[in-house]
Amino acid sequence: MNSDTAILIVDDERVVRESLTKWFMEDGYAVGSAEDAVDAIRQMQNRRWDIILLDIKMPGMDGMALQQRIIEFDPGATIIFITAHATVDTAVQALKSGAFDYVTKPVDPDYLSHLIQKAVRDRALIRENVRLKEQVAEYPKINDLIGESPSMQKVFELIETVAKTDTTVMLRGESGTGKELIARAIHCNSGRRYFPIVTINCGAMSEGVLESELFGHERGAFTGAQYRRKGKLELADQGTLFLDEVGNIDMKTQMDLLRVLETKQFSRVGGNEIIKVDFRIICATNRDLEKAIEEGAFREDLYYRLNVFSIFVPPLRERKADIPLLLDYFVKKYARAMAKPITAISPEAMDILVRYNWPGNVREVENAIERAMVVGKPSAIRPEDLPFQLSEKNSSAQAGSLAGMEKEHIARILEQNAWNISRSAEILEIDRVTLYNKINKYGLRRP
Amino acid sequence: MSAGVVILNASSLPGDAFDASLSAVESAFGLSAAVKKWHPPLEAAFDQFRRQYNSTVLLAEVLKTASEASVKRIAVVDVDLFIPVLTFVFGEAQVGGSASVVSTHRFYNQFYGMPRDDSLMMARLQKEVIHELGHNFGLYHCRHFECVMRSSTYVEEIDMKSTYPCPDCAGELASALRLKRRSG
Repeated sequence: MNSDTAILIVDDERVVRESLTKWFMEDGYAVGSAEDAVDAIRQMQNRRWDIILLDIKMPGMDGMALQQRIIEFDPGATIIFITAHATVDTAVQALKSGAFDYVTKPVDPDYLSHLIQKAVRDRALIRENVRLKEQVAEYPKINDLIGESPSMQKVFELIETVAKTDTTVMLRGESGTGKELIARAIHCNSGRRYFPIVTINCGAMSEGVLESELFGHERGAFTGAQYRRKGKLELADQGTLFLDEVGNIDMKTQMDLLRVLETKQFSRVGGNEIIKVDFRIICATNRDLEKAIEEGAFREDLYYRLNVFSIFVPPLRERKADIPLLLDYFVKKYARAMAKPITAISPEAMDILVRYNWPGNVREVENAIERAMVVGKPSAIRPEDLPFQLSEKNSSAQAGSLAGMEKEHIARILEQNAWNISRSAEILEIDRVTLYNKINKYGLRRP
Repeated sequence: MSAGVVILNASSLPGDAFDASLSAVESAFGLSAAVKKWHPPLEAAFDQFRRQYNSTVLLAEVLKTASEASVKRIAVVDVDLFIPVLTFVFGEAQVGGSASVVSTHRFYNQFYGMPRDDSLMMARLQKEVIHELGHNFGLYHCRHFECVMRSSTYVEEIDMKSTYPCPDCAGELASALRLKRRSG
């Protein structure tokens, strides 16, 4: 079936319109016809036509003139001239004016069939080309990463060095430091950049779900598996697999993953077919993996497989020099996105923002600026536009009470993580029970 | 029991030459099939300038023979067919309709300067009869290499495909036939 492609036949001869309509309908194309230029323009206004077969000699506006009108409507339309009276001059004129091709009536069915198929293929390639160009334009380049501090300059050097190799990379650093952006920068500057980078957040999935996500499954592998599904390992073939929060993978999946890394082959869940894959692994974690190994929560052999080239992404509090750069970047980004004439940060607001500790790192900076851009008024962000906790933090830091600071810090982390107790406890590096106790102690309430 | 498919033989082929085609039609569509001799007014479809026969005009003649709309009728002729915009056609069918026409003219090897091969000619006819009837049952051209519903614009393409619809087309055909049975 070719129902995705719509063909408009413009010819003053009814028999030609009817016979071509039937011919193309048998191929499953969506077909329409018009008897003259006026009818054709009306049809162009009603819907999009991919391929337009245009008779050159028609009463009223001829095919050549109509072609110019069609281009005004839809410059991407594929136009094929069709005429009973072919001359070299008209053929040359038609092709020079941008027509896809030129055929004379009667046309050989094989030729017409292949011509239409070629036009459909060309259109698909043009669409794909546009899509790929848009995708490439969005690729993060190393220069796009923000940071002038010596620690970030060191990170950029490491990215540049490792990107060109096929080495497994482990990105370490706190949540929100931009590990995924760095993984994409490595992929997009590597030899695998024309293949996909497939991301999987290992921390967000339970054991069975993660296994199925990674390896895919056959139909009937488990209840609800109605269709065969490719896993992320298969989708990442030739490209890069980015395993985010790799420290949170359960022991069984760790063992399965290790086997894939060693053999570069696996089977889908519930299947026997051996699937060979070739991908690069970049993984990220904010967990202390060495401690996890000691506690028996992470396999040592997998750790050595993954930890070949390690890049530590420093938290923002250790590179305060980068804060103004990041603030400037996000102000410009959201001013553009929201079409709002806020172009600066007032000195008072800047003072608060630079002194703030940013436990949520770059992600928190972005959220804070986005919020300030929403509530702020032109032409600069003021202290009152900043998220409540920043001002609060500032004032309570001046008060200097240790318990007050702890309460405020816990409240902020909970809010940043939508009161997800497990995630908040992990960031605070305390267990869930301790976190519940502190929530009760400080009388914190979910908003 | 009246036939669900009628082959209107307007060619020089004897009636028993269609035995294999009848079986193939019955097997493909699960409907009984019969052959009837037909004498269409060929002169009405003849184009003096092209020295060919307009298949759309013949299709209209096939429709005139219909006594029951539910019966699919396919005419087999041995004159060279065309539609106005194309140099020739092997056949023509109404998609989702009840009439079709197919010509043996370009199925003969002699047309291409090759030695006569009657069994090859009949195999080509059989495939195109099922192909055109497939259109009558609402099937479109298919991309599967061996599917009988694959479009053929030269005779070797007919030779490359099979007599049967692919699983996708067979599925659509089964739905169309269920619908036909339900509507009586």
